Amino acid sequence: MDFDLTEEQRLLQSNLRRLLADHYGFNRRANYQAEAPGWSRAMWGRYAELGLLGLPFAEADGGFGGGPVETMLVAEALGEVLALEPWLSTVVLGGGLLRHGGDAALRQRMVPAIAAGEALLAFAQAEPQSRYSLSDITTTARRDGDGWVLEGRKSVVLHGDTADWLLVTARCAGARHDRGGIGVFLLRGDAPGVLRQGYSMVDGQRGAEITLSAARAEAVLGEAEDGLALVERVVDEAMAALAAEAVGTMSALHAMTLDYLKTRKQFGAPIGSFQVLQHRASDMMVALEQARSMAMYATMMLDEPAAARRAALSAVKVQIGRSARLIGQQAVQMHGGIGIATEYAAGHAFKRLAAIDTTFGDADHHLRALAAEVSTAA
Amino acid sequence: MDLRFTAEERAFRAEVRDFIEANLPPETRQRMIEGRVPTKAQTVAWQRILNARGWAVPDWPEEHGGTGWTAVQRYIFREELQQTPAPQPLGFNTNMIGPIIIAYGTEAQKQHFLPRIRNIDDWWCQGFSEPGAGSDLASLKTRAVRDGDHYVVDGQKTWTTYAQHADWIFCLVRTNPQAVKRQEGISFLLIDMRSPGITVRPIITIDGGHEVNEVFFDNVRVPVSNLVGEENRGWDCAKLLLGHERTGAARVGVSKERLRRLKFMAGEATENGRPLIEQQRIREKIVGIEVELKALEMTVLRVLAGGRRAGESRQADPASSILKLRGSEIAQSITELMMEVAGPYGLAAPGDADAEGSNAPELMPDWARSAAPLYFNWRKLSIFGGTNEIQRQIMAKAFMGL
Repeated sequence: MDFDLTEEQRLLQSNLRRLLADHYGFNRRANYQAEAPGWSRAMWGRYAELGLLGLPFAEADGGFGGGPVETMLVAEALGEVLALEPWLSTVVLGGGLLRHGGDAALRQRMVPAIAAGEALLAFAQAEPQSRYSLSDITTTARRDGDGWVLEGRKSVVLHGDTADWLLVTARCAGARHDRGGIGVFLLRGDAPGVLRQGYSMVDGQRGAEITLSAARAEAVLGEAEDGLALVERVVDEAMAALAAEAVGTMSALHAMTLDYLKTRKQFGAPIGSFQVLQHRASDMMVALEQARSMAMYATMMLDEPAAARRAALSAVKVQIGRSARLIGQQAVQMHGGIGIATEYAAGHAFKRLAAIDTTFGDADHHLRALAAEVSTAA
Repeated sequence: MDLRFTAEERAFRAEVRDFIEANLPPETRQRMIEGRVPTKAQTVAWQRILNARGWAVPDWPEEHGGTGWTAVQRYIFREELQQTPAPQPLGFNTNMIGPIIIAYGTEAQKQHFLPRIRNIDDWWCQGFSEPGAGSDLASLKTRAVRDGDHYVVDGQKTWTTYAQHADWIFCLVRTNPQAVKRQEGISFLLIDMRSPGITVRPIITIDGGHEVNEVFFDNVRVPVSNLVGEENRGWDCAKLLLGHERTGAARVGVSKERLRRLKFMAGEATENGRPLIEQQRIREKIVGIEVELKALEMTVLRVLAGGRRAGESRQADPASSILKLRGSEIAQSITELMMEVAGPYGLAAPGDADAEGSNAPELMPDWARSAAPLYFNWRKLSIFGGTNEIQRQIMAKAFMGL
């Protein structure tokens, strides 16, 4: 049992934090968000220089051989500054599908481009009717010669608007909810038959609705008709990264709130001298530490067998959702009016936390999933 | 980062588990599974079994009978006791007066008391709280006046757990009412409960149990040799208890065991002929608590791992307060749910039928009988050991600078 970071991991963390401190102040972030594509290509280049974008890939494929802990550290640091770049969609989601489902030739073709910051990926998984189900898929894939042709609609695709490559779940066989018969396909973002409508999401990230009309896939990842296990694994890895990102955001928001409590004066005293607010700040601290513990738990459970891993990640998502809601709401409340003004950072953190709760299933969704597994044997 | 225990630690857990399985009297275990407090005789008997094995006081220095275990081993040991469930070592003896005598006692006090503390030859109780001194402990008024080789003690202690069982009480008493700082006029005394002038009056708590008492002192003569540490420096002794065994307050093993019991109860209780555990809402409530408990367990492990790195320093930090807060809240939420699961049978108060030695017929199903008493009794968890509000205050002031 060991919660320590290695020297290299500490170095990674401090280098990234320094980079973000220099380039990701609140006003800078607002500028990045305001200009197309809605995030900073310059920052993306710096992430590549720092080695973040190739981090989790095997060295043989052109990556740096990092593991879940490294991903956790990056996510947490990015969460502290509410980074807008498509790191999760490219490196964790798209990259995860490649790492676990791509063959060697595909990995060696894609990874160097990802690591260099030259390839953006997006995971087109959800559909208008699917809500949080990973297997409710109506998009179809049909064989055409030695390739596949896709037909259907994908919704709220994170960074789907700018991605060079789309990883799309589609049904090759079976009925709408079947666990079998699902494939994961790699398409060029600008392939004929791909229609993308990009938009900004509530937390400043980018999303897209994607319509596929006889769009031709370049490759299949994993088993063409048995891709759900791959999808579940990668979504669990993304939830672990989101948990760490949320911890970074909650930690920054808690610190921001403490600063405010110490400097804002009313009735002739800092409002932080009032006991009712002190106790709320303490409750936020408890929620933060519980969340931090679960983000670490997520990281350390990712390589466990699927059933244990999935249950662990659902538990993590429940805790993160609860902590994020408490910390987000209390931070806004204790800031008063400025907490709901766009010119101040607290509200943006609150919105990102709300979005993280919703991404890949909110606390209630995962509570239901866990409840379904309770043994009823008396 | 790695969550796994080492092979040695896993082997140690197996060794502890096997020992408990082989040596814990089944009636003691059954009584605890039913959610009832072990009797004095059961607690003493088990402590003596552990003492004979050399496991009575794992936290003490080895020269005084400690085991020399790592913090992780001590955690595993406690978790195994809690999960079985087996009586935990009598905290007043092993976690409180023992460490205080080790730190501040005279050689004579160590020689005489420590072996008796380990074996519960003496059952100790704690005389800190008073009617006017609860969270504000330093305002205590019980006074001790020097008279030759004795102190003469007058006053009243309250919430004294198991004073009715106790042979000895360790007390904070005021020896210098003129001290400028209230904490500096307090001394730490060991008092024989058989001393003339001591009266114990039971306080029956809302669950019907008798755990706590008032203890009155009327001209009680205490030999000066029973002073621990220096006169007027008793507060130092009390402070030693703050932050001692920081992870214990989380009670993770106890809550795991109670959750197992809760699931059993929800399998026994029925509605429309079906077990309650089949109901989605009950299941969601149970897993909701399990998630919180998992997060708490991970927080405990972080503290353990951190303590190992920092050489297990006993400095107070926010972790102590976080663990106490969440540990008590989670435990209380389990008993709340037990009360819900018990349903109508949660309302019957068996009274004497539950008393020791009673041969009254079974009035209600075993699984339901302790639900309400435990729910009522465990309200204490957020009150004792520094109320949860005091914990929030400590966090805000000491660790957030508010």
